Amino acid sequence: MVLGSYSEAEYGDFQRRLLILRAGLLLVVILLGLRLWHLQIKEGAYYRDLSENNRTRKVLMEPARGLIYDRHGVLLANNVPSFSLYVALEEIKDREALIQKLSDLLELDPALIRKKLGGKGGKLVPRKIKDRLTLRDAVLIESHRLDLPGVMIQVESQRNYPGGMTASHVLGYVGEVSAEQLEKPEFSDLHQGSIVGQYGIEKSFDRYVRGKAGYKRVEVDAHGHEKKSVVVEKPHPGNDLYLTIDVRLQKLAEDLLGREAGAIVALDPNNGDVLAMASRPAFDPNVLSRELTPKQWAEIVQDEGRPLNNRASQGQYPPGSTFKVPMAIAALESKTISPSSTVFCNGGYQYGNRTFRDWKAAGHGVVNVHSALVHSCDVYFYTIGQRMGIDLMAEFGKQFGLGQSTGINLPAERSGIMPSTEWKKKVKKEPWLPGETISVAIGQGYVTVTPLQMANLIATVANDGLHYRPRLVWAVMDRSTGNLLELPAVPQGRVNVKPETFRLVKEALADVVKVGTATRAKSSMVTIGGKTGTAQVAALRSGPEESIPKKSRDHAWFVAFAPVESPKIAVAVLVEHMGHGGSAAAPLAKEIIEAYFKLNDEVSLSGSETSPGFSTAPLSQARPDSL
Amino acid sequence: MMKRVAEGRAFDTFDLRYVGLILVLLGIGVLSIHSATHTQAVGAVPYYLKQLVWIGIGAVAFVVLWAWDYHAIARLAYPAYALVLLLLVFVLFEGRMSKGAQRWIALGPFSFQPSEFAKLVLVVVLAHYYSKAPRVGWLQRVIVPGLLVLPGLLLILKQPDLGSGLSFVAVYAAMLLMVGVRSQTVGIVLLFSVMLFPFVWEGIWGALHDYQRQRIMAFVDPNYDPSGKGYHALQSRIAIGSGELMGKGLFGGTQSQLKFLPEGHTDFIFAVYAEEWGFVGVLVLLALFVALIWMSLDIASKAKDQLGALLAVGISSMLCFCIVVNIGMTAGMFPIVGIPLPLVSYGGSAMVMSLASLGLLLNVKRKRLSLFY
Repeated sequence: MVLGSYSEAEYGDFQRRLLILRAGLLLVVILLGLRLWHLQIKEGAYYRDLSENNRTRKVLMEPARGLIYDRHGVLLANNVPSFSLYVALEEIKDREALIQKLSDLLELDPALIRKKLGGKGGKLVPRKIKDRLTLRDAVLIESHRLDLPGVMIQVESQRNYPGGMTASHVLGYVGEVSAEQLEKPEFSDLHQGSIVGQYGIEKSFDRYVRGKAGYKRVEVDAHGHEKKSVVVEKPHPGNDLYLTIDVRLQKLAEDLLGREAGAIVALDPNNGDVLAMASRPAFDPNVLSRELTPKQWAEIVQDEGRPLNNRASQGQYPPGSTFKVPMAIAALESKTISPSSTVFCNGGYQYGNRTFRDWKAAGHGVVNVHSALVHSCDVYFYTIGQRMGIDLMAEFGKQFGLGQSTGINLPAERSGIMPSTEWKKKVKKEPWLPGETISVAIGQGYVTVTPLQMANLIATVANDGLHYRPRLVWAVMDRSTGNLLELPAVPQGRVNVKPETFRLVKEALADVVKVGTATRAKSSMVTIGGKTGTAQVAALRSGPEESIPKKSRDHAWFVAFAPVESPKIAVAVLVEHMGHGGSAAAPLAKEIIEAYFKLNDEVSLSGSETSPGFSTAPLSQARPDSL
Repeated sequence: MMKRVAEGRAFDTFDLRYVGLILVLLGIGVLSIHSATHTQAVGAVPYYLKQLVWIGIGAVAFVVLWAWDYHAIARLAYPAYALVLLLLVFVLFEGRMSKGAQRWIALGPFSFQPSEFAKLVLVVVLAHYYSKAPRVGWLQRVIVPGLLVLPGLLLILKQPDLGSGLSFVAVYAAMLLMVGVRSQTVGIVLLFSVMLFPFVWEGIWGALHDYQRQRIMAFVDPNYDPSGKGYHALQSRIAIGSGELMGKGLFGGTQSQLKFLPEGHTDFIFAVYAEEWGFVGVLVLLALFVALIWMSLDIASKAKDQLGALLAVGISSMLCFCIVVNIGMTAGMFPIVGIPLPLVSYGGSAMVMSLASLGLLLNVKRKRLSLFY
């Protein structure tokens, strides 16, 4: 075994081939080196970030939402602990298996879980799958934790409304921020699963009560076990709101409406404070703040009583005879009539070949503006309406805020309609017909209003023309400083009407209660001025009230203020399909007014201001420990 | 008589450097294994200690294969190959399953992987075959040795152990080149295609859709990525890349310390090392490996006979292949096929096999020296 089997030629070949092998080795190592240079030097920073993210998970710390109190510090909305289930996406190994397990354990729809997992947001932001887990579910998940990589149970605060349905339309409800909302700039600091106000005060004051989420960095190993956590940014709790609502008055108003559909609004004419704003039927914000199934949603949305509709600010009704208040003012102020101008009412008003009937078929005889208001004579207002014309009527209506939103801080307030020739041209693309003026003069036809507008209107009258934007929140408590920031009343200017005119109209309105159509609102406690209204729903009516199907019956209106001498409260009552304002609405207003003065006994009749405060519940006691 | 004298003086500075190189690589391995596993449950025997035991056993194999005349070893090639084939058959039926593959034979508290030893035996078989008689013509040079390789290859692929299977092919190709297929280009092309496979593969592989890759890999090796979606490959890339220039320091590699990196102490040990020592450390390690292979090829070029030369070339190319493919797969250039990094990865069979191979290499050199005495 010497070189025998290894010829010279072969030896040479062999050496050459070894060179090739060495060249190959070097080439390959250079390629490896380049690759590693690329990974470690060129993209090193990128991979370092990835490894940091691998190691640490950003866990959001939801802020506690600000609390909501009534005028005197009674708690209306707070937060209670609840369990939420989150999934950290990067730890899912088998998405479908996880979805299946979760849906089995929690009896959830797999499609819903899939959708939640696919929600918008960074890869490292855990997705919220379900909130308000029952204790049983939470324990079940915890005990299966090892089979559920990436699944976390977190204790969070859940919005709670101790009063249930009380003031539900004012308070609103909260819910997860929607995908569409997340697109908008005002929600840019939120993320999928964040809770935001979706209705009512919760929505319109969301930026005050929302607070700011903090986050902690949790170092985890590959199995998702927490090693340590560092709070990077503390969550800032939302600020507390103090409403102008007096919850005792609010509850009373709601009880007075009972099972009937309708709305009651009580304002302080001196500053626009909303003392009560009731709308029935109502909803339970505790239910709506929870995650609803599509079926539950459909039930609420399709409910014929439309409980989600805030009838006080969103319900648009013909004002009926309550509209005679601004009409009388308009006629006097425009000198269309004088206080002593009379009209003979024989029960009907002839216009062209059409007869507009008075509600009192026998007629009111000779009436002036005072008696026309007191007895709600239609013929008188047909006559002066015809004389004024629609555009003059519209001018005064607008001065009193009709046909425009009051600017109350609630979402989706409706503005009603104050028709004019211009309006008809623009909206209906038709010219105004003179006959249409006559219907509008008694608050029928095209004119529609919201109960809130009517309350604001009568408050303006009571306040001799100085009118305010209705205010729902009188103070915000800044949680970071502890300062109470008072939101000032917002005067909206003075309507261009002489005091004398207001005096005349208010006298007439006092007599409406004393001797006129609203004697059922007469109080032994306080002098009340008001005006009834009966808004026609169906154009043609025949036979007695009882024979008409309920949904075609008239709406009952009553607008009032008290005391007449120095008004402290203005009220609008609307009860749907209950017929005459004098019988169905006026007694409700009386109850509210009397209750108001009973509740504010010491201040009411003495004439001093009733400013909000904590007379019944000191601040320190009113605030329960929040989460 | 002369021979004995020669053996007495066999250990020179070349050997010292060579063994020193091996010891440095082993040291890097033990340190990295310790770093990758020091957070393991207390009470268990630490992996680095177990590895030291394997190194001890490997050292014995090293000395045996160094001292024993390689011509005598070569004469045992066919019986050894028969034994290996038997073990591979045995492993198919009686082997211990681990991670979805049946590769291990349990021996008391230990288990070993016949496929690792099969690689070394194959080198010896092919070297023996080519050097025993002049092999001429396509049949004798290519087909017959190919048939020799085939049963072992098939048994290994059946386990499945794609990594060892590919090593088989690589050794065969390197041998073919060295004995000189008459048309040299065939050999060159064959060798280069094997060596460049990782890089070419990246191009082809990268062009495929995820699901296509999944299917292909599920067909070739169902266990390559048990948790799916390239998790291992990604974590490994993150580990290496996040090391940047200087690394995160010993025990500082979060990827391995927090167990994001799977198999940190075995197949992915390079990623652990690269994370903790950075690009600087990587260059050092690559240089050490290049030196090792370079010196091995020196031994091949100066071997006194064809058997020695072929043994040296076969072993060098086998080690080189394992190093390149392992680093390539941890760096994400190549699908994960499960080849350990020689001398560094944790694992008994691979360690004993590597050290035995290196012993045989020095054996070849020792014989070369004896010629001059």
